[in-house]
Amino acid sequence: MLNINDILETVNMIKQENLDIRTVTMGISLFDCISDDQKRLEQKIYDKITTSAKNLVPVANELEATYGIPIINKRVSVTPLSLVGASCDSEGFVRLAGVLERAANEVGINFIGGFGALVQKGMTKGSKNLIEAIPEALSTTTKVCSSVNVASTKAGINMDAVKRMGEIMKETAYLTRDRDSIGCAKLVVFANIPEDNPFMAGAIHGIGEPDTVINVGVSGPGVVASAIKREGYCDFSQLADVIKKTAFKITRVGQLIAYEASKRLNTPYGIIDLSLAPTPAVGDSVARILENMGLERCGTHGTTAALAMLNDAVKKGGVMASSHVGGLSGAFIPVSEDAGMIEAAEMGALSIEKLEAMTAVCSVGLDMIAVPGDTSAATLSGIIADEIAIGVVNNKTTAVRLIPVHGKGVGESVEFGGLLGHAPIMKLSDYSSEEFINRGGRIPAPIHSLKN
Amino acid sequence: MKAVVTVIGKDSVGIIAEVSAECAKHNANIVDITQSVLKDYFAMIMLVEIEKMETEFSVFQKELSILGERKGLDIRAMHEDIFNSMHRI
Repeated sequence: MLNINDILETVNMIKQENLDIRTVTMGISLFDCISDDQKRLEQKIYDKITTSAKNLVPVANELEATYGIPIINKRVSVTPLSLVGASCDSEGFVRLAGVLERAANEVGINFIGGFGALVQKGMTKGSKNLIEAIPEALSTTTKVCSSVNVASTKAGINMDAVKRMGEIMKETAYLTRDRDSIGCAKLVVFANIPEDNPFMAGAIHGIGEPDTVINVGVSGPGVVASAIKREGYCDFSQLADVIKKTAFKITRVGQLIAYEASKRLNTPYGIIDLSLAPTPAVGDSVARILENMGLERCGTHGTTAALAMLNDAVKKGGVMASSHVGGLSGAFIPVSEDAGMIEAAEMGALSIEKLEAMTAVCSVGLDMIAVPGDTSAATLSGIIADEIAIGVVNNKTTAVRLIPVHGKGVGESVEFGGLLGHAPIMKLSDYSSEEFINRGGRIPAPIHSLKN
Repeated sequence: MKAVVTVIGKDSVGIIAEVSAECAKHNANIVDITQSVLKDYFAMIMLVEIEKMETEFSVFQKELSILGERKGLDIRAMHEDIFNSMHRI
């Protein structure tokens, strides 16, 4: 029989330490829906999603009950709509967002991702129209998530797109001003976007993926934080070992759920995303892990090193536990969604500059950061450009999800509720990036020799 | 197919009897049972056969958890595979 301590450990992880499966995400290709007739395109997209994902929520609920582990979100990601609706005008794309929302409501999922475009080298007419449609699409829907890939290590950075995305963020914030600019929480700008990411707002179903696929995102920062606390004082080799073992266990649960979901839904299993995804709940925080390592507050000197080690150890433990790993795979540091980050930001221990440094060693980027509503579009583009450059040069995924909260400034805070949490408005630089951003064009792809 | 029933909480008279009765009611055969009592803290683990159960597994789970609430205990029934995947390579 199983060891009593092992059983109690698992029960304790779920009961006390918030172990859960963050998301079971079904990727659905919409390529077979393409049509030059808007009505027909809309109908085909609606039918494809509602047919393919019909059983997703019931099966996830069934698994949740059988294995006694909460599955927090059930989601769908689709082929980036700029490809599927390439012939649509902006109005057509807003209508498509409405179709995604209706389909999401019909199958009962929490979010649907893929209202996006890949413009790392340039924009097609379809991509341009989709990007123009983002503010209205996000303000008239609640479950639709949008992502735009503006750069890659191979293509460099499309600075025209970076400039436009700063403006789009501002517009989205304005159109959802009655809800603390929440539209921006569903919009993310990427460098090196992964094609199999199950997490929102950046989930898309990439062009090299099968017709449908099941990707699973695990969670469990609380479990790692407790394991470190239990271990007490030890050196870094031992600490890395504790994290690896814990990550292994967490990931094995994700693997089990992915395997079973794939079997019951008769859909191929894609990947497990090894991300430590926090929630605003007490005891489910990545910041607390770093603090349990010995930092007085997340954001102080040493935070980047601690996060680098955590991220690496989580991957090493997780890779062994799963047959296929992908997506973002790393620790998330979304400020508003992490109780420890919120606290550190509120007391001034954590600044946006430090967060930027931290993103160089973990996934995924400047995430869920509330900034003053009067921030200029050029400054937003400047922040995007900085973060995207880190991803492009270091051959990794980075992303930006900022909320310029309309009508609010530094010293105030914003409440999004639920998994999105709350956040203090962070201070940005007072100096302009305007002239730099206005140059336009592309920043060339970086060289991959002469590394230093 | 087996499930693991865990009962955790403050010790009191008749816990095993009541949980066993609940299993019997649903035709879930108990194949193994371990328990430990540390001071007042009670932890019992039962391995039960659920293939021949006459009710849905979710009903069994719900009734166990209702029993737990009544007795001030945390009672859960989970498929054994979650423990196997986590603790065995």
